Amino acid sequence: MAYELPTLPYDRSALEPKISASTLDFHYGKHHAAYVTNFNNLVKDTPLDSLSLEEVIKTTYNDASKVGVFNNAAQAWNHTFYWNGIKPNGGGEPTGPLADKIVADFGSFDAFKTAFKQAGATQFGSGWAWLVLDNGTLKVTKTGNADNPIAHDQIPLLTMDVWEHAYYLDYQNRRPDYIDTFIESLINWDFVAEKFAAAHA
Amino acid sequence: MGKFLNALFIFCVCCGIVLLSGARAIATPFDLPDLPYSYNALEPHIDAETMQIHHDKHHAAYVNNLNKALEKYPAQQNKTLTELLSNLDQVPEDIRSAVRNNAGGHYNHSLFWTAMSPKGGGQPTGKLAEAINKSFGSFEKFQQAFEAGGASRFGSGWVWLVKVKSGDKPGVLTVTTTPNQDAPLSEGTPILGNDVWEHAYYLKYRNRRPEYLKAWWNVVNWPEISRRFAAAD
Ligand SMILES: [Fe+2]
Ligand SMILES: [Fe+2]
Repeated sequence: MAYELPTLPYDRSALEPKISASTLDFHYGKHHAAYVTNFNNLVKDTPLDSLSLEEVIKTTYNDASKVGVFNNAAQAWNHTFYWNGIKPNGGGEPTGPLADKIVADFGSFDAFKTAFKQAGATQFGSGWAWLVLDNGTLKVTKTGNADNPIAHDQIPLLTMDVWEHAYYLDYQNRRPDYIDTFIESLINWDFVAEKFAAAHA
Repeated sequence: MGKFLNALFIFCVCCGIVLLSGARAIATPFDLPDLPYSYNALEPHIDAETMQIHHDKHHAAYVNNLNKALEKYPAQQNKTLTELLSNLDQVPEDIRSAVRNNAGGHYNHSLFWTAMSPKGGGQPTGKLAEAINKSFGSFEKFQQAFEAGGASRFGSGWVWLVKVKSGDKPGVLTVTTTPNQDAPLSEGTPILGNDVWEHAYYLKYRNRRPEYLKAWWNVVNWPEISRRFAAAD
């Protein structure tokens, strides 16, 4: 049962000028699409074909013989999660129980922002910065390449792609500028709040 | 008053000399090498904008971050890049990953610029050509292995042609890849490396890394790689 590339939740030009249509053409249309295609090819006619992406990520994590499946499954999942975590005119601050929890676990919203920026800036090479629930506590983490919190029994709430392809056409080497823009004006806090609520349900 | 100013002046000059010589010996043990050609020299295979950002921003950042990491450890500052990278366990733990990444970045990129030339391309000759044929079967088979290595390195990293440490198999060459800015020093002497971080090719080739790997042969400086092959133990 082939996994399908999910539709982008907005127009490819909807995030301009923070993220260009050209970046989305390649990032969604080529990179994300390739992970989905590769994943389908790798699991075709194998028992993994009937599992959800999340189950594949969990079962193939740390299995040396399944590195390709893990990478492509996790990247397919990560990118969908990334698209959903941002929106045109995003940013601002969360409200309600999520805002309270951020203050409780990080000290303040600013402290969360600093930690998230730091995680994205210091992930050396390709990877991701995350806001996760880890045993009921909010944490900021970073992972290399395709790695994903689901493989570490954490619940992801938000992710930021820091592979160079995510920002190179718009920001070149200036990853910190991309990160600032992501935090200040792209994060879809409604999506994060939904994930947070679902994790508690 | 005049006397005081004089004394102050002498004091300042002395401090200045101390600071200056201190700065030379201590503050910047490593320097960014100049590109051996102009930014646009490798066009159309590598565009000028990529070269400028890659050298002036990415490579420069590795050098700056390496110097910064070494600031509080004078004993580490007299080591060469290969000494640092081959013995990371002897680097203080709190700067170990910074040294691994940034000394690696400095070492790899320094090798990279000089492995390329506007007059590059073609095929190696002489002893290097013989060793490539012996190790891979043919130059084309070597190219295939090198391109396949570069294409399959997931995420950021490098693909290398390494002269294996001598001993029982002198002169043997192998293709290997490393993640991020790791250098393949434990396997032998890297004599040729291609950067497959997206920053190396994204502005021109976008997601098409295999196309970049193919085009890159047009700029490989084989006389320089032959020199490295001869110089490696
Ligand atoms: Fe991505
Ligand atoms: Fe590079």
